[in-house]
Amino acid sequence: MTTVELGMPAEGPIADAIAASVETQGEKQTVLKAKDMKTDQEVRWCPGCGDYVILNAVQSFLPSLGIAREDMVIVSGIGCSSRFPYYMNTYGMHSIHGRAPAIATGLAASRPDLSVWVVTGDGDALSIGGNHLIHTLRRNVNMTILLFNNRIYGLTKGQYSPTSEVGKVTKSTPMGSLDHPFNPVSLALGADATFVGRAMDSDRKGLTDVLRQAAEHQGTSLVEIYQNCNIFNDGAFDLLKDPTTGPMWSIPLEHGKPLVFGPDGASCVVRDESGGLRIAETNQVDAAEIVVHDVTRQDPSYAFALSRLSSQDLRYTPMGVFRAVQKPTYDAMMAEQLDEARTSSPADLDAILTGADTWTVSA
Amino acid sequence: MTATNTPVTAPAATSAPGGLVKSVVELDRVVIRLAGDSGDGMQLTGNRFTSETASFGNDLSTLPNFPAEIRAPTGTLPGVSSFQLHFADHDIMTPGDAPDVLVAMNPAALKSNLSDLPGGGLLIVDADEFTPRNLAKVGYATNPLEDGSLEGWQTVAVPLTSMTLDALADSGLGKKEAERSKNMFTLGLLSWMYHRPTEGTIRFLERTFRRKPQVAAANIAAFRAGYNYGETTEAFAVSYEVKPAPMAPGRYRNISGNQALALGLVAAGQRSGLPLFLGAYPITPASDILHELSRHKSFGVRTFQAEDEIAGVASAIGASFGGALGVTTTSGPGISLKSEAIGLAVMTELPLLVIDVQRGGPSTGLPTKTEQSDLLQAMFGRNGEAPLPVIAPRSPGDCFDAALEAARIALTYRTPVMLLSDGYLANGAEPWAIPDVESLPDLRVEFATEPNGEDGEFLPYLRDPETLARPWAIPGTAGMQHRIGGLEKADKTGNISYDPANHDLMTRLRQAKVDGIAATLPPTEVEDPDGDARVAVIGWGSTYGPIGAACRRIRRSGRSVAQLHLRHLNPMPADLGDILRGYDRVICPEMNLGQLALLLRAKYLVDVQSHTQVRGLPFRAAELAAVIQDVIDSTSGAPLAADPTGGAE
Repeated sequence: MTTVELGMPAEGPIADAIAASVETQGEKQTVLKAKDMKTDQEVRWCPGCGDYVILNAVQSFLPSLGIAREDMVIVSGIGCSSRFPYYMNTYGMHSIHGRAPAIATGLAASRPDLSVWVVTGDGDALSIGGNHLIHTLRRNVNMTILLFNNRIYGLTKGQYSPTSEVGKVTKSTPMGSLDHPFNPVSLALGADATFVGRAMDSDRKGLTDVLRQAAEHQGTSLVEIYQNCNIFNDGAFDLLKDPTTGPMWSIPLEHGKPLVFGPDGASCVVRDESGGLRIAETNQVDAAEIVVHDVTRQDPSYAFALSRLSSQDLRYTPMGVFRAVQKPTYDAMMAEQLDEARTSSPADLDAILTGADTWTVSA
Repeated sequence: MTATNTPVTAPAATSAPGGLVKSVVELDRVVIRLAGDSGDGMQLTGNRFTSETASFGNDLSTLPNFPAEIRAPTGTLPGVSSFQLHFADHDIMTPGDAPDVLVAMNPAALKSNLSDLPGGGLLIVDADEFTPRNLAKVGYATNPLEDGSLEGWQTVAVPLTSMTLDALADSGLGKKEAERSKNMFTLGLLSWMYHRPTEGTIRFLERTFRRKPQVAAANIAAFRAGYNYGETTEAFAVSYEVKPAPMAPGRYRNISGNQALALGLVAAGQRSGLPLFLGAYPITPASDILHELSRHKSFGVRTFQAEDEIAGVASAIGASFGGALGVTTTSGPGISLKSEAIGLAVMTELPLLVIDVQRGGPSTGLPTKTEQSDLLQAMFGRNGEAPLPVIAPRSPGDCFDAALEAARIALTYRTPVMLLSDGYLANGAEPWAIPDVESLPDLRVEFATEPNGEDGEFLPYLRDPETLARPWAIPGTAGMQHRIGGLEKADKTGNISYDPANHDLMTRLRQAKVDGIAATLPPTEVEDPDGDARVAVIGWGSTYGPIGAACRRIRRSGRSVAQLHLRHLNPMPADLGDILRGYDRVICPEMNLGQLALLLRAKYLVDVQSHTQVRGLPFRAAELAAVIQDVIDSTSGAPLAADPTGGAE
């Protein structure tokens, strides 16, 4: 049973081609297993890369959406993560650096009947492709963007990235990097993204949970996935993964639940006098003061304040869904305008070629 | 008056209201230039006069010329905007080398245009604007209307502004607002002078200002006042008649290059049955294509105003992957930004139309002026061996056919196609024979719907043996899932391949696919009515008109010359090398520094003589004729007399 609502079916020669394929290949297959999602291509990430874990999680999770493989398209840019489409038995395009959201926009806007996914990395999405990312988010085109954040440039062998912490010593910054990093969740919320979530590569359950909500969301969903690069930035997320420190520094986000975290729920999130949020000790505040997480707030400033709790060394990192609000999607509105135009004026090619002012030369 | 517009008949006396005796002179052609401040509405006035002229049945050609600034400071030289219209009782090819009539709405317009008006030409100025302040703004120490410096021309100083205000005294409009109608007063005067039909302009004003009836009424009143002024004033004793031009039977309209291109794209969508998707970022002089296409949503046309040039082309590639006819429109700077993505379309072998409305460069260059300097960028401006077909329209109306041809190639060969228009074609206009929809090419495509491999698998890079095109299998098609991308593809399977022999093979296959298009092109047309030309002139794009007009002059002087004009710049027609080698001399005029000449010399080892100009304006036919004549005379040895008609078209 599908849980994802796809848009209006295609028309014309596109619909004819789909119908013809169904006739020769059999009905669209929507009952699938993880192995159905794999391709015959050898996966070529470094052994131990966090990308393997994410690939397995996605391959296991996607069949549960009940969408036929041929109705899914994965578009990627350039970088380690962007090899992802080659390993998924769907339609796919491994495009050029940073442009995947723009390519996916053209595809999603003209084919609302497809489930469109973008796989990108911190360099691809936030550096060279930063412009496309924010504009895609503000338009709310129907697609799901998986941003693998390993806080380093892997494919070019270890330069700092736009999410690397200040002072990062890399091949290109022997004395430490100078630029302040982006927080991808804050950036997305600043662009008024309608769905923003964050998950950890190694947390299969948490990752799957966020991915499901992202896939079901109508509009652009951005999921930041913390991903370990064991070659150039190993252990970047250990603070959050470690069984001892992890619970101390991650804030699990659950819609409708008070924001309490840490061993024995010792810490919590409360309103700050300045209008933002702050961390408090649970036993020092009144239970009513503890913020109850609500992903549906229209005003993105709450989710933004939540995203600002974490420091660049990852202490107090909220994990889960920050925001999930309903807004009309770009592709649906575009289709509506086309329908409206068709209703008000028929498509008469001769009429537009002729125009308003003509004259006739007789023989 | 020059020999070019000698009266065809002797002046006939007519009687105008008020007992004034006015004569009518019949001319075979006229070139009018309207020049004024950017805020004076010269482009609108020119377009209206053009529409009147088109519906009257003259052949015509226009040259709008305006600054990049929307409103440069009022009354300054950089703020001058002009519109030149050439209309005739016979078939013409250019907007005219020089005006016969110059209308200057202020001192700045006079100063920047007067040098183009030949001696004896008619000069009409708005006397009200020649104030000490306006004169000082453009550096006139004395008033040229009074100091005798305009004696070489037939100067008529008309108080256009104050007469407009008088005419609108009861309109209820304020002075500033009423003054804005002076362009319509001027249009009315010109409409009288050249016997233009007026109903179209009145209908246009009613339509344009339908929500502001007071403004509509004022403009119509000013227009009529200008017309009546012409009829009654003693300042103009003569009016002129230019008879309709003989044209092939059919329905006609006036059309600009950008309009024709946009309609060609809509037609390509309709004839292929595919949804048209335009991804574009606003840029001069291409934006009008985006504007026009955004009005045709009922044809399933999706227009996406992207965040930047790269997103414009990228979204079109995404749409093409999904089975749409993806298009991106831009000008030279945009092509620079799109280059990497165009390379992706070359690699993924998806249909894509890339429209470059060229302008003066490099960098921001001359945004509103014309040039042909992106040819080499179109040919080679990508990393790696990235061949793609390049085509160019030759006239505003031809942009329609060029768009359909670009779509045919893109869809048949699964390749990005570059279409090179330019600022002159984009904004220039001409009469256009409205085509019969059923006669337009059939562009239907077949999507791949079944596996094509021996083992029941789908091979996305298994090529059609004839066209070398790969199958186009679109998402949603069952059993055909595949991945494409910018990494080198293995032959047939399309999987990633770094194999040396495979890369060599694929590089050659991509080239062979584009080269193979040449075999499907019709034989090159050579225009040589005398059949004994030893000198050929070859051009491409918007130079067709000026080259053609120059060749006509040459032939009238008793000389022979052959004209060839390329629609397909890559690949070039298969017979071109042999044709060029058959002439003693080949001249190639271009609005760049010799880009086509470079290609022809490299490809065919023919000693092509380049003649170039980059003034942001089209060639003048007379200048080209002089160049061609010199080459012919130095080839044949015996100089003949010059064109006895002095350059009629």
